[in-house]
Amino acid sequence: MNFTLKIWRQKSAAEKGGMVSYDVSEISSDSSFFEMLDTLNKTLIDSGGDPVAFDHDCREGICGTCSLYINGRPHGPVKGVTTCQLHMRSFKDGETIHIEPWRAKAFPVIKDLIVDRSALDRVIQAGGYVSINTGGIPDANTIPVPKERSDAAFDAATCIGCGACVAACSNAAAMLFIGAKVSHLALLPQGEAEASRRVQKMVACMDELGFGNCSNTYACEAECPKGISVVNIARMNRGFLGAKLLSEKEKAIRDSL
Amino acid sequence: MNTMLLFSSITRKVLMALAGLFLVTFLCVHLGINLMLLKDDGGRTFSEAATFMGTNPVIRVFEIVLFSGFLLHIAYGLLVSAQNRAARPSAYVCANSSDTSFMSKYMFHTGVIILLFLVLHFIDFYFIKIGLAAPPPGIDRHDFYHRSLLLFSNPGYSAIYIASFIVLGIHLNHAIQSAFQTLGLNHSRYMPAVKIIGTAYSVLTAAGFSLVPIVILLFK
Repeated sequence: MNFTLKIWRQKSAAEKGGMVSYDVSEISSDSSFFEMLDTLNKTLIDSGGDPVAFDHDCREGICGTCSLYINGRPHGPVKGVTTCQLHMRSFKDGETIHIEPWRAKAFPVIKDLIVDRSALDRVIQAGGYVSINTGGIPDANTIPVPKERSDAAFDAATCIGCGACVAACSNAAAMLFIGAKVSHLALLPQGEAEASRRVQKMVACMDELGFGNCSNTYACEAECPKGISVVNIARMNRGFLGAKLLSEKEKAIRDSL
Repeated sequence: MNTMLLFSSITRKVLMALAGLFLVTFLCVHLGINLMLLKDDGGRTFSEAATFMGTNPVIRVFEIVLFSGFLLHIAYGLLVSAQNRAARPSAYVCANSSDTSFMSKYMFHTGVIILLFLVLHFIDFYFIKIGLAAPPPGIDRHDFYHRSLLLFSNPGYSAIYIASFIVLGIHLNHAIQSAFQTLGLNHSRYMPAVKIIGTAYSVLTAAGFSLVPIVILLFK
């Protein structure tokens, strides 16, 4: 297969970037998107050029390292997969493929297609954990958790933190990511105790980092490689409102933010 | 205003949603009175309703609440949209093609069109009522019935009016279910019903308001 690639090239965060066109040929339809980019990079290196920088790690869809905004969609045209799980058979022979980095104020470009997503880590650090030692593996059923709750918590916990939700959102909002992180802890007894404090801290941190506001277009859910539901955003809103309205130690929480 | 700006993003959205839902209920009342224009009694029922709305003390108080609701919804709408634009300083070269509701991305645009219509509406009715503008010759400034007939008999005005309400319908279609989601009221059992009711409400509102100029143009 042959493709024309239009790739965002940017030397550093300080420099201006632009789209550069490359042709790749004789690509196997079974090769992955990254193998195709590896082929391009080998050609660039062999000819003394600068290879295209892009994030990747596990290449099996579980680590959340890869990104790429392909033809107007985070992780490309196939639903429910990350870029590393995307194959060239999903494109037409001779197609022009646009490849851009995630774009958000909170995700500055480091080089080419690599962006700094540590804003998401900062939101987690702001309170996305359980602050007591949960110990070793407990015996089964010592803490009763209804099956539905455990399933919902697990569904939220499948978030790999890739940032596709932010990239897809027309407002660059991180509500699906934070909704998932808030939910997977708040739904379980171990995380419930600190739920109201946690949600307030994480939302405050999100606001500080310059993410946009949610306007419920649900592009995040449509593009999430793990299929995380926007129900988690509603759960976060509910938890946040409840915490703001009903939390007895409101002042103590505000002071600790 | 400073404390309003200091509210968190979710609180702001919640206030916007609550104000919006209040405006949605107001539309229902307004539509009910508008439809009285179509009753064939020379505008008696309509004028009685208009007088009631203009003089009843409870309604008078609610008018202040209503204006506050409008101001809050518009001010936060502008603020939130400005923040959203700032959250993505450099735009994508290849436009977003995610599989989402197309119209939900244009809430700001439809909102601005509705705001422009509101300005027109105020010039045509409210400013005349409160004496800021002169009524057309031969029509009393409290005579909304003949004022409406005169305006709607102009096809150009009616076209702008109907187009504005189609835009309002598009705005409401996303707004109603969006408000429920923002308030955290997304429940797997009830959300499908909320979406259907929201769509039905938006279609009926747009159709109901548009019906008045259409009937006046064609039959009066």
